[in-house]
Amino acid sequence: MGSIRFDRVNKIFETTKAGVKALDDINLEIGEKEFVAIVGPSGCGKTTCLRIVAGFERPTSGSVSVNGKPVSGPGPDRAVVFQHFALFPWKTVRENIELGLRNKNLAKDRRGELIAGALNLMNLESHADAFPHQLSGGMQQRVAIARAYVLDPEVLLMDEPFGALDAQTRVMMQEELVRLARVNPRTVLFITHSVEEAVYLADRVAVMTRRPGRIKEMIDVKAIRTAENWNQFQRIEDVMDQDSFIHLRTHIWKSLREEKPEDRH
Amino acid sequence: MIDQPLKLRETIAYGLTGLGLFIGIWTLLSVSGLVPHQFLPAPLDVIARFFALLTTPFAGATLPQHLASSLQRYVCGMSLAAAVGIPLGLLMGWFRLLDDVVSPIFEGLRFIAPIAWVPFAALWFGTGIGGPVMIIFAGAFPPCLINAYRGARFVDPHLIEASQMLGTGHLRTILEVLLPASVPSIVAGLRVAAGLGWQSLVGAELIVAAAGVGFMMVQAQANVSTPTVMAGMIAIGIAGMLIDVLLRQGEAAILRRRGLQA
Repeated sequence: MGSIRFDRVNKIFETTKAGVKALDDINLEIGEKEFVAIVGPSGCGKTTCLRIVAGFERPTSGSVSVNGKPVSGPGPDRAVVFQHFALFPWKTVRENIELGLRNKNLAKDRRGELIAGALNLMNLESHADAFPHQLSGGMQQRVAIARAYVLDPEVLLMDEPFGALDAQTRVMMQEELVRLARVNPRTVLFITHSVEEAVYLADRVAVMTRRPGRIKEMIDVKAIRTAENWNQFQRIEDVMDQDSFIHLRTHIWKSLREEKPEDRH
Repeated sequence: MIDQPLKLRETIAYGLTGLGLFIGIWTLLSVSGLVPHQFLPAPLDVIARFFALLTTPFAGATLPQHLASSLQRYVCGMSLAAAVGIPLGLLMGWFRLLDDVVSPIFEGLRFIAPIAWVPFAALWFGTGIGGPVMIIFAGAFPPCLINAYRGARFVDPHLIEASQMLGTGHLRTILEVLLPASVPSIVAGLRVAAGLGWQSLVGAELIVAAAGVGFMMVQAQANVSTPTVMAGMIAIGIAGMLIDVLLRQGEAAILRRRGLQA
């Protein structure tokens, strides 16, 4: 359960008469419980890839399927964590997490149990009755992750989830996500423009070209992580000190640098 | 913080200066005999008349009683406009088809002044409470609908996407996402509606009602009692201001609860 497959996906946005080609022949398979990050220059269409899996956008041609079923619209089997959290400002933390469970028509007791579990998982117990605007950015994103995890989704779609956070909070959240992935592994599609973040978190990293976005390279981080035993380190900076990490990061950086800046008109 | 009280004092000073100038010119015009008394009653006469009307009945009731019957119609008309306009606006903001069907009719109707409905309002609903209520409705309905619609259309698209990915159905999305997200816009619409509704009511009462501030003014006009007409105008102005102040307080309280500035 939880595989994602892109099959010859093209996307053209009809914003101008000629159309803007955003994605060009994307082929990608993500296995069950695999963590795949997509990095690429801004505007390369990496977020569009995620939005197609989420069901927010349709491919112009080709198809995306989850567990072999073509995606036809958004749904709770594919939970999304947004860059700007997208929490409901008029709902408390608890109510934000509860909405998806109410939609599943779960009994009140069962909802309570699941919410308690999600709050515990993200260390949010003391903020259950706070409103989002009373929380820091990092805390808000924890709520958004709890809201996604509580649905027990087959795949988790994360669209630059730490992009709006300050550097320190960001590092904390990255470590947290690694912890979460060990406790409760999911199939994850993770969009980021941070190379370090991608290498630190993902099993595989897909590098995209400038628009129209193509996948130019697939890097197997997991093999290196396992061989070099990065998991022995608790802290991100210790992992980032490893020669193997630096080597991978530099390799991806160079690959991205080959993508010339967009022509200005 | 230091110059804030000064600023407030200045604001009040300027406001009082304006008011003083206004009343001064008014007094001058009427006392000097430049404008005949019948045309423009002196401010003191109007104020005396205003206080007299608080206890002395005119056209069958005292001023507070007239005001009460106006307010009763007003509350009915406003409630009806909000009860129909807000849900319809939200639904139009969510269902494209409904928007396409209703918008052309609505866009045509909303340019008809509420007063233009007077003949039909009287014909269909009579001159008691029904007719004026319909006129208020005609005035207050468009801003209720438009602001609910705009609120629903301009909800942060990420919130709608979040709602969809959580598997939320149409009704629940409208009630728990669109409606709360639109509250600031809806409240702003209610304020506009309150003003237009109040103006429409008094206009309608000039023609159709059997009691109310507008009715009192028509009777005063028939008796050539210009101070009474003016007293009625002052009552309308003060009541309208109070309604707006109340709604503004409500609006600020709602925004504060969201952590937003009024």
